[in-house]
Amino acid sequence: MTTEATTPATEATGATAVNTGLAQMLKGGVIMDVVTPEQARIAEEAGAVAVMALERVPADIRATGGVARMSDPDLISGIIETVSIPVMAKARIGHFVEAQILEHLKVDYIDESEVLSPADYVHHIDKSKFKVPFVCGATNLGEALRRITEGASMIRSKGEAGTGDVSEAMKHIRTINAEIARLTSLAEDELYLAAKDLQAPYALVKQVARDGRLPVVLFVAGGVATPADAALMMQMGADGVFVGSGIFKAGNPAERAAAIVKATTYFDDPAVVTEASKGLGEAMVGINVADLPAPHRLAERGW
Amino acid sequence: MSTPRIGVLALQGAVAEHARALQSAGAEVSTVRRPSELEGLDGLIVPGGESTTMARLAAPVHLMEAIRERHAEGMAMFGTCAGMILMADQILDAEALTGFERIGGLDVVVRRNGYGSQLDSFTGALPVSGLPGADPTPLQAVFIRAPIIESVGSEVEVIASWQDRPVAVRQGRVLAASFHPELTPDHRLHQHFVQIAGARLSS
Repeated sequence: MTTEATTPATEATGATAVNTGLAQMLKGGVIMDVVTPEQARIAEEAGAVAVMALERVPADIRATGGVARMSDPDLISGIIETVSIPVMAKARIGHFVEAQILEHLKVDYIDESEVLSPADYVHHIDKSKFKVPFVCGATNLGEALRRITEGASMIRSKGEAGTGDVSEAMKHIRTINAEIARLTSLAEDELYLAAKDLQAPYALVKQVARDGRLPVVLFVAGGVATPADAALMMQMGADGVFVGSGIFKAGNPAERAAAIVKATTYFDDPAVVTEASKGLGEAMVGINVADLPAPHRLAERGW
Repeated sequence: MSTPRIGVLALQGAVAEHARALQSAGAEVSTVRRPSELEGLDGLIVPGGESTTMARLAAPVHLMEAIRERHAEGMAMFGTCAGMILMADQILDAEALTGFERIGGLDVVVRRNGYGSQLDSFTGALPVSGLPGADPTPLQAVFIRAPIIESVGSEVEVIASWQDRPVAVRQGRVLAASFHPELTPDHRLHQHFVQIAGARLSS
């Protein structure tokens, strides 16, 4: 099978089933950051499974600084009217009113995202209060399970957005994979301590230990800029990838987007990934994460 | 009778869930991303996902045409949600699929995202009348940004309906559902499909 690390077929019914279920339909696909309806159209034409509406792509948030917020409701509605694929939009961490607005606009998924400036440095949004599903970032298993406890229906590893440097994305997926693998090796009576160490509910920890995977879909985000980066994340066991600045901050966005889609599907076939990597022109310039001073690392937002 | 061999189209979408349901229904399962991987299959599932994405990935390798040819030679097909859209003979609101090859072969008219956005997604207990066996238990069905079947041709048999609209249909060796039977533990539709696909092995 190409996608082993997936959710169990036996899900609860009702809101949980439709919300975790939509994430299952996105598997093997690429979700692309867009800031205008025109970019959303290009993304859909390139084969994106969904688009993510935001005010500025992470590379521009880094370049211009200031407070980054939910995008303009008119812009989000314009994107929803333009494309037939699901539309996601970002709200600030803890900003439940931005989330209420996004739900009112009928977006298909809300990303409570560290890429925007946090509105609350202590609490995340109580996502269980919403009917619309949420995706949240995580750098490790404990963080992922805390977000799921709050009601997230999908997890993306954070990586370091707006850098074009895939090393943090690699670190986070490796961390999550290793922590899941460790749980599966523990004796049942050792899971209580594991839950304490992970700062996550025992019932969820026990479920992950039994299934050997998260109870929701796991995508990778933050620094994916090339077809090879996307294939790398898929070979690491990701269910799919988010590409932010990597597409519209590069030359030939339409071709690069289509190439990343292809490399995500045929991630284990070097012939296809090679072909997809050819003739794309300049990739985004990028920033090495190691050169970023600690206060400017977005992955450290969220708790 | 030998075990039916069923492929799952694995360009994108809920592939693993269908594979698990097929295994529990007694099929030998493989994934399909290239025309050569259709060889020797008795049936093919086209899963839920994004039909726009699948149509674009299939185009360079002419996979939709290859599926249509194999179906004409006897391979059964089962489409769920996006998969049903790709098998429908007519699609309303198909702008984003314009210019891309589809499979076709199911005489229905469907409307993409006909049930609305994710906030309109729902689950329901479907009475099933068209399945073999006398199990009266309703089928738990998960509808996710689901397509609506607007009308069906005279050769199409309705297996289940929701609010007076068909949501699961069969036309000969083609089975289709606008919901996601792979997401629930009730595998009666998969069992039905494995029987349809395996019928030619025993004949």
